[in-house]
Amino acid sequence: MSQLFPAKQVLGFVFSLLLTTVALTVYFLDMSFTAGMTILLVTAFIQAGLQLVVFMHAGETKDKGAIYTNVFYGLIIALVTVFGTLLAMIWDM
Amino acid sequence: MDFFDRFAVPHPSIAIYASMAAIGLTIIAVIAGLTYFKKWGYLWREWLTTVDHKRIGIMYLLSALLMLFRGGVDAIMMRAQLAVPDNTLLDAQHYNEIFTTHGIVMILFMAMPFIMFFMNFVVPLQIGARDVAFPRLNALSFWLFFMGAMLFNISFVVGGSPDAGWTSYFPLAGNEFSESVGTNYYMIAIQIAGIGTLMTGINFITTILKMRAPGMTLMKMPMFTWSALIANVIIVFAFPVLAVLLAMGTLDRQFGTHFFTMDNGGMDMLWANIFWVWGHPEVYILILPAFGIYSEIISTFARRNLYGYKSMVGSMVIISLLSFLVWAHHFFTMGQGALTNSIFSITTMAIAVPTGVKIFNWLLTLRKGKIVFTTPMLYSMHFIPLFTLGGVTGVMLAMSAADYQYHNTMFLVAHFHNVIIPGVVYAMLAGLHYYWPKMFGFMLNEKIGKRTVWLLSIGFILAFMPMYASGLDGQARRMYTYSEAAGFGLMNMISFVGAAIMAIGFVLIVYNIYFSTRYESRDISNDPWDARTLEWSTHTPVPEYNFAILPDVESNEALWDAKKNGHVLFKGDYEKIHMPNNSGIPFIMSCIFFVWGFSFIFSLWIPVIVTTLGIFGCMALRSFEQDHGRYISVKEIEETETNLRGA
Repeated sequence: MSQLFPAKQVLGFVFSLLLTTVALTVYFLDMSFTAGMTILLVTAFIQAGLQLVVFMHAGETKDKGAIYTNVFYGLIIALVTVFGTLLAMIWDM
Repeated sequence: MDFFDRFAVPHPSIAIYASMAAIGLTIIAVIAGLTYFKKWGYLWREWLTTVDHKRIGIMYLLSALLMLFRGGVDAIMMRAQLAVPDNTLLDAQHYNEIFTTHGIVMILFMAMPFIMFFMNFVVPLQIGARDVAFPRLNALSFWLFFMGAMLFNISFVVGGSPDAGWTSYFPLAGNEFSESVGTNYYMIAIQIAGIGTLMTGINFITTILKMRAPGMTLMKMPMFTWSALIANVIIVFAFPVLAVLLAMGTLDRQFGTHFFTMDNGGMDMLWANIFWVWGHPEVYILILPAFGIYSEIISTFARRNLYGYKSMVGSMVIISLLSFLVWAHHFFTMGQGALTNSIFSITTMAIAVPTGVKIFNWLLTLRKGKIVFTTPMLYSMHFIPLFTLGGVTGVMLAMSAADYQYHNTMFLVAHFHNVIIPGVVYAMLAGLHYYWPKMFGFMLNEKIGKRTVWLLSIGFILAFMPMYASGLDGQARRMYTYSEAAGFGLMNMISFVGAAIMAIGFVLIVYNIYFSTRYESRDISNDPWDARTLEWSTHTPVPEYNFAILPDVESNEALWDAKKNGHVLFKGDYEKIHMPNNSGIPFIMSCIFFVWGFSFIFSLWIPVIVTTLGIFGCMALRSFEQDHGRYISVKEIEETETNLRGA
């Protein structure tokens, strides 16, 4: 039965719908800019991770190590670029 | 007539009309020559449609040499203009165009393809593979780069060259201050070439990770392959930034958006910021493969294994990470506070540490070695002291407080030429001499080669050391002239003499190729330098399939093991070899890209739509094409091997 019913994928799909709903509340509820952005950023990153692991099958082959190293390296560089830019262009200007 | 006016050069001069005539005559001569000698079929079958990594490498080499001379002529014209005060050889506009194209041509269309040449030609041979992972993608990479470069190069005869510097900072590069299509050329031509480079990055990471010979673990890869792997990782992470940046610049210039404008919420500083997020890693993309080539050459001619293999690899990995953490040191003076500048100062100085580790490793490789002074080795020996000097002035520039004095002066110009010429250009020339016999079956003349090295170094010192002094005296970069009272005359005259000596050096390289083609012996072994790595274990000329039997590897110097320690490289019998088929699609698709780019630059939207459909058509064709490659039979392999062994 467990082979016939892809529990991981179904639960992942439900969870990703839930994340979308939470993100949508930012539009429908009246909240501050900071609170809205926080909710959007957090749900977006969890959503991206979910898609990568559950639906794009990262970590299911023997290339697992290479894939995750790549993802984390990309993440680090993206964060450094974004925060470095904010620092140089806005916060410390 | 209005329609045709935009194709005219906005600031014509005799030199530009002469170039137009020269370009026209060259094209006619090439077409006539190909027709007269009936070489069209040969060109199409053997070169335009090839997917062989060695041939693609050689085409990269030819493009790089061609662009070296284009960029070199720009350089000589700049130094001639500045040689005496109040010179009127070039006007301000022409000078602006020349320093802009000099920078772009030398970095993106000379140094990059030179590195692509080494990666293409050497990496598959060094890891014992038969081709790269995606041969057809590799052909597409080359042709996209080539079309981007050609598109950029026609700018000075059709519509006007870009003139906002190779960094193309906004707001100067915006429509308000750069009205001609020059900067559109910059945006579109580099975009097309950049897509090609990104594909190469993906292709070579896959090749190196997936196609190594049996037994070659990551830590048993030769040092050049390691450096190529790291450089390609940087390419994959840095080049998307450039693609996005150029797309945003295009939108600003041609579609009226306001990313980098000074009004309507735009932020002009953001261009400089994102440019260097790509631009700084880019210089490490250039220097790391150069370091790899030096590592191969120094260990070969010191007749010793490379000292500190693990620390070499480790320092390259650290450099690749740090290269993304230092970009703001290119604009310390833009107005951000002391905190930001301090952070970027420290990360910048930190890069000196792994670089220093590499320098000491080369010195310790030389220690107690039986050094053979061949031309490639002589280049490497000139590289170590000259490059270290450039590195030290780099640390000076990294001090953000002191940088307020150096910024935008000739001191900076002297610094980056001081790292790029001995660091990258010498490595390329050393590698050219080193791998020439493997490519063409004869050596380049050693006597001429060594004289060239000395000429280049003397010329280099005369050309760039005075710039440190005149920069500290306050000579700004990109100034097209200066008054006699400024007192920069003598220094700039010395620089001009140095540049002229370097030009003689580069002409000598061409003469050396001519001389060696005619007179050098064809009777050389497969391993003329007594080298240590796999690329020298196969035949010269390298057969299409590289290795008849895939080599078996136990250390990072497999060939040396085989020569000295009785290791058996090739075990087993011949088996049929699976090879990819040639394809015309990469070339045709890139030609469509060329027309697309040209139409886009001049905002001719109907051809843009038609060519966009053409590009997608090529991709669709590829997707539905059935092409399983072909097999080389055992009989054919035996015949080829016997012929090559006999010769």
